[in-house]
Parts: sequence; C-alpha cells; structure tokens
Amino acid sequence: MKKNLFALFFGALFGIGLGLSKMTDPQVVLGFFDISSQFNPLLLVVFISALATTLVGYRFVFKRSQPLIDTEFHLPEFTAIDKRLIFGSLVFGIGWGLSGYCPAPVLGILLFNPVEFMVFVLPMILAFYFLKCIKY
Amino acid sequence: MTTTELLLGILGGFLMGLSSIGLMLYLGRIAGISGIIQASLFANERAWRVVFIAGLILGSSLVFYFTPHSIEIRTDFPLALLALSGLLVGLGVAVGNGCTSGHGICGISRLSKRSLVATAVFFATALLTRYIVHDLLELLP
Repeated sequence: MKKNLFALFFGALFGIGLGLSKMTDPQVVLGFFDISSQFNPLLLVVFISALATTLVGYRFVFKRSQPLIDTEFHLPEFTAIDKRLIFGSLVFGIGWGLSGYCPAPVLGILLFNPVEFMVFVLPMILAFYFLKCIKY
Repeated sequence: MTTTELLLGILGGFLMGLSSIGLMLYLGRIAGISGIIQASLFANERAWRVVFIAGLILGSSLVFYFTPHSIEIRTDFPLALLALSGLLVGLGVAVGNGCTSGHGICGISRLSKRSLVATAVFFATALLTRYIVHDLLELLP
C-alpha cells in the first residue's frame, strides 16, 4: 500500500515534469531533431536538467545500504556493451525520430490526444508481446 | 524556444529528476518507463508499476487541464507512420533494455557505460531518421 502511494506520487511528479517541459508535444521533440531547419533546443535543456538532478541525487541515495521501503536496490547486473544493446537502441532511435514519441511522453497524452496514443501504444505493446512470445 | 519555455523546461526536467531520485530512494527502482510498462504487463509485482503509470498520466493531464494552450494537439501526422514508429520503439526499447528515461536519465546517472552508449546511439539515429524522412524524402510537414 505504502509502495503504491509513493509510486503514484513519483509517477505524478514525472508526468507534471513532462507536461510543464512540453515533452508531451511531439512537435517540440521533433524540433530538436530538425537541426537543419526549425531547430528547437528544448529537448536538450529538459534532458540535461533531468540528468544533472538525478546524477547529483543518486550519489546521496546510493550512500544508503538499502531503499527506504524495500530491502534492496533493484539494479541491472548486466554491463556488457553488446550487439543487442546497439541494435535495440538503433531501432528505438529510428522510431523516436519518426514520430517524436518515446515511451514516457506518449503515455502522458492519453487524455488529450487519444488517437495518437492508441495508434502508437498498441503497436508498441504488440512488439512487447511478440518479443516475449519468441523469447528474444 | 521562449524564455518561459526555457524556464519551464528546466523546472520540468528537475521534477523528472526528483521523481527518478525518489523512486530509487523509496522503492529502490529505476524510473525507466519502457521497463515499467513491460513489467506492468508481464512481471509478478505489477501493482506499483500500474499505479506509477496512472500517476504519470494524471500528472501530464493536470498540466494540460490547467494550461490547455501550452500544447498544440497534432492531428495531421500520417497514422501509418505513427503505428510504424510505435512498433519500432516497442521493439527497440525491449531489445535494447531501455529508453530515454531508463538509459538516458537513470542509467547515465548510475555512471553505466552501457546506458551512455545506448543514449548516444538512439539520439544519433533519431536525428538521422528525422533528417532522412523530413529533409531528404520530404515525407512529413
């Protein structure tokens, strides 16, 4: 219960951040990718602000031996830079550059652009199920 | 980019950072949205993930509700390309184990070389894709 309340709070904080910074507007995101025409640096500003904050905050968090309401930090143990990582990130970038949506912002548009939400999110979830089925 | 957009961009990024720090401090979890979506469908511990996603939707909807003119609703994007984009993003984040939040924000903050490489790759291919589709092929407005 406590876990869910904190998850709701931090989820809402993330969503408010996405909205205030206009990352829920894919045209703003595509503006950053338009280096040759109507370049808009906002995506980079938001990304650097989020990264700098987390980079500093994590240093304090990881001084602890465990999180406040769990017994351990759940961190990926895999560290190899392999073909899977490169190929996956490459394909993700193509999809991102095409529409201007990555997984977080597209969730945020559910209530104000339900058409784009459905047309993007259904194939994304289909891809998750497909990879799960073939155990890739 | 106006000054207001710049300041709200910094504030918004800061709030996403606080969310990522908080999720790690309290739950010990990475705020990687693609991972959270997948685990909310397949993993054993689904509840907090579903609630986090609901919170995210609530948060960005609240911003839209109070400032409806802040976002231009896009209605002219070709739906076939949008569906293709969703499919590619789904395949890519699942195979590459993360997206802009998980690799870009949390991963680099953990000083993970894997995440740094992933982030460089997806930013580069996004820029290149936009250049090809928009500037060279002129498929999009």
